[in-house]
Amino acid sequence: MELKLILESLLFSAQKPLSVKELRDVLAAAAGHEAADATAKSLARVKESELTAALEQLVREHETAARSYRLTCVAGSWQFVTQPEFGPWLRALVGVKARPPRLSLPALETLAIISYRQPITRAQIEQIRGVNVDATMQTLMERGLVGAVGRAEVVGRPPTYGTTALFLEYFGLRGLEDLPAADELRRIVIERPPAPVTADPGLATTAPEQLALQPAAPQPGESGNESPVGAKDSSPGQAK
Amino acid sequence: MGIFRKLRNAGRVILEMVNFYIALAQVWQKNQNRAVTSQKTSGQYFSFSFRHCKPPAPVLEFSQFIQRMAEYKVQFEVFEGPLDLLLYLIKKEEVDIYEVNLTRLATQFIEYIDLMRQFDLEIAGEFLVMASTLMYIKSRELLPVDQQVQVEGEEEGEDPRWELIRQLVEYKKFKDAAARLQVLEAEQENIFPRLPGKLEFESAAPPPRPDVSIFDLLNAVNGVLQRFTRREDQGDIFEDKWIVSEKIEVILRVISGRGSMRFAELFERAASRSEVVCTFLALLELIRLRQLVCSQPEAFGEIEIRLAAPPAETPATPEPAAAPASEPVAAAETNPQSAIPKSQSESHGT
Repeated sequence: MELKLILESLLFSAQKPLSVKELRDVLAAAAGHEAADATAKSLARVKESELTAALEQLVREHETAARSYRLTCVAGSWQFVTQPEFGPWLRALVGVKARPPRLSLPALETLAIISYRQPITRAQIEQIRGVNVDATMQTLMERGLVGAVGRAEVVGRPPTYGTTALFLEYFGLRGLEDLPAADELRRIVIERPPAPVTADPGLATTAPEQLALQPAAPQPGESGNESPVGAKDSSPGQAK
Repeated sequence: MGIFRKLRNAGRVILEMVNFYIALAQVWQKNQNRAVTSQKTSGQYFSFSFRHCKPPAPVLEFSQFIQRMAEYKVQFEVFEGPLDLLLYLIKKEEVDIYEVNLTRLATQFIEYIDLMRQFDLEIAGEFLVMASTLMYIKSRELLPVDQQVQVEGEEEGEDPRWELIRQLVEYKKFKDAAARLQVLEAEQENIFPRLPGKLEFESAAPPPRPDVSIFDLLNAVNGVLQRFTRREDQGDIFEDKWIVSEKIEVILRVISGRGSMRFAELFERAASRSEVVCTFLALLELIRLRQLVCSQPEAFGEIEIRLAAPPAETPATPEPAAAPASEPVAAAETNPQSAIPKSQSESHGT
């Protein structure tokens, strides 16, 4: 009997999502049974990495089979869920899911910043959003999506915030690395554009970069071709 | 004099109302075809909702007159802060953030702030900070580099324009991330987990109901008696109006009708200390006779009195009540539900 099929049967009839550790405990308990056969005994000390690999394979198999349900891992626990496109019928069958109201856009923005940049202080969030986040933070804390995780080692030791397991459950994420575009947003490196940022054709002046070059040329007593750096250095020279 | 003032005040109120409706109608006119909606969310600085806003009928007749009046520029979306407003302005310009013209942006930004002021909206401090940053950037661009004042401590490389652009790009990325989270959130609403029913192989045992000891009952009845400590004059002697056997009947009647009752209910209508004592003795007697069972579903919870399960054995030999009752009770051993002959119980009296 294959490990992945055993796991499938366990997850099929489990009352709640099972973590890899819980699955391993079940396998160990089954091996400890009197009537355990050789297969069960061989799985007594199965590694967690093997279990994960088997589960991943199971996920791929369900994907290729294109069933109406799939195996998924939310916040580290595996379970069978239906595909979202069958929502309308399921709602008719079991009723609307008991979920708190959808989050507002400011709350989602704040949550996005926290989820990608945790641990993060309130001041850092405000710096990114450019507005006060007290109210939104309170909402997020009340809903249990974020929580204080520690204190920043800066003056005042402000509390730092991070997302909770409920956050992963709420968005159906396996873990933080499962966040969309996680690597990109975790630490954004913004390339400085080579061209000058502003140059309004209607304005009398040109960009400051270009202006810096101009005074260098007509200055009397200076040897003609100087670099802009040289032009800057010339002013203290004149004072002498 | 007084009448004139009143008239003038009334006129002013009417004028204000008319002005308000005119403004409302203007706003509505401008937005008839424009989807200006807003959600009621926390953390927003201003929000307008015109979609459901219909002008009252008489104002419609004003509309032509209104159109000639000064134009209102209402095109508010919901901005969550100065960065959001800036992004909106950049989007309107249809240029890349990196190539945006900050001087023109500064002008537009300040126009918006003026607009907010016209609407008497409270302008949050963040908007003013951003406006001053933009003005600073704009003013810097008007000066050649060597005439610019070098702020002490500020590094050569720190260009306020660049700082702003960097902040905008970062904010934009998180705004997009928020949109992706919103999609995930909506998708989660349509995903249903498989939740198999509990597999029941063993008969589920009823939850344990801890029995109540005599001390719990005494504590409870003490609480009830507290009500009467002050009220009664100790010196007088009353005839005993209450007898235990009567109370036994009352309790049994109530409980057989309803199945169970709370401890406090027993004494709800008790008028005197002696009545409480009498009722309590009746309860104790019924427990002794295994007619009733007391239990306390949770610690410090209300004590619950129920009919005992079909008695395994009927108490054959009733002992005389040891409690300090004025009248010992005749045990209703054989047929508790039926009325206990009063004469019998009284005849046993001391």
